[in-house]
Amino acid sequence: MARVRNDFEGRRWQRFRAWLNEGDTSLDSLLMDAVDGRSSAPQPAPSAPESADPGAVNHLPLSAVQARRARAEKFSRGLYRTLAVLICFGLIGVLLATAAALPPFGNPDNPVHNEVSRRYIEQGMAETGAVNVVAGMILDYRAFDTLGESNVLFTAACAVLILLRLGVSDRVRRWERDLDARLYEPQNDAILQTLARFLTPMALLFGFYIVLNGHLSPGGGFSGGAVMGAGLILYLNAFGYEKTARFMNYRVFQTASCAALTFYAAAKSYSFFTGANHLPSFINAGIPGMLFSAGLIPYLNIAVGLVVCCTMYAFYTLFRKGDM
Amino acid sequence: MQALLILLLVLVLACALAVAFTRDLLTCAVVFMAQSLMLALIWVLLESPDLAITEAAVGAGVDSLLLFAVLKRIGAIGPGKGERHGPREK
Repeated sequence: MARVRNDFEGRRWQRFRAWLNEGDTSLDSLLMDAVDGRSSAPQPAPSAPESADPGAVNHLPLSAVQARRARAEKFSRGLYRTLAVLICFGLIGVLLATAAALPPFGNPDNPVHNEVSRRYIEQGMAETGAVNVVAGMILDYRAFDTLGESNVLFTAACAVLILLRLGVSDRVRRWERDLDARLYEPQNDAILQTLARFLTPMALLFGFYIVLNGHLSPGGGFSGGAVMGAGLILYLNAFGYEKTARFMNYRVFQTASCAALTFYAAAKSYSFFTGANHLPSFINAGIPGMLFSAGLIPYLNIAVGLVVCCTMYAFYTLFRKGDM
Repeated sequence: MQALLILLLVLVLACALAVAFTRDLLTCAVVFMAQSLMLALIWVLLESPDLAITEAAVGAGVDSLLLFAVLKRIGAIGPGKGERHGPREK
């Protein structure tokens, strides 16, 4: 039974594609007739049941149908083009006006140079223990904002998951997509695999380095997580889904990102109640410049890195295959 | 250093225009990738290495990968171009 249905659907799909690509006119006239029958049905009210039947009435000559279709296409294309150009120029105008109104770059009298940035730059290292002032800002002074950013990423991943993940009932589509991926993926590409063997460990190590040294050197959870995710995607492309699915599947994604976000929220969501003021921390800030210093910042970096890495990887696999 | 910055800015502008005027979707994605890479270099020149790392990893790396995945999904690139469901017909 399933096979029969599958065959039927396949034929219909082929026919649709023929209409789309080569302009298969039989289906075209059928479609136009259906549209015409429906749109002209309300005016002759008594004979409505017959005219609703597609293909039975209103057999226009083929050339007229094509001419009408071409005219409608031309009109909508012209409209879209005009509107697109107008909107584009409007946006360019707004952006250029904004850029012209900005104060000159690097001017010491700019409004951004106020007591907040002076405090961050002059006392940031002493107060947060982070040598990298940017990390001290985004994960200590403004850790609250970064919590929101991580939640945005997590929400985006959830939305992609809801939209693109195939359910169990979509077995036919899943099978089709698997077939597709297996046929067209460069599974045994020697150049890609040799390069990936060198580059994947380097990318992952560099990502770990960026995350763990986020409070000491440029970088941090977001950039390091993105580098790790890119390394995982490279490995996936070179060696296939079976290899990566061993250590990175839906359960791991779920556990890692939820645990990381929960840790972050537990550590920093008190700002909801204190208004981004600091609570006295019982964790010693340590000596600035040491790996284990800067209080909570390295751990928050690890949490953000995990969320970002998992999200990037999940985005790719969901876009590519519809599953993890 | 100023000359390099101006060169990079001109190249970024050229890339942006090229993305807008290229017909081929794959070329668009690759040019977009190149633009992100040059933006990352500009961030380095403006002394913000944090942003440079993020731009290189997200803008040039993961973003373009997602674009490639989408292009492959809609059948715009790859050996199955225009013939995505070919193997089913045999």
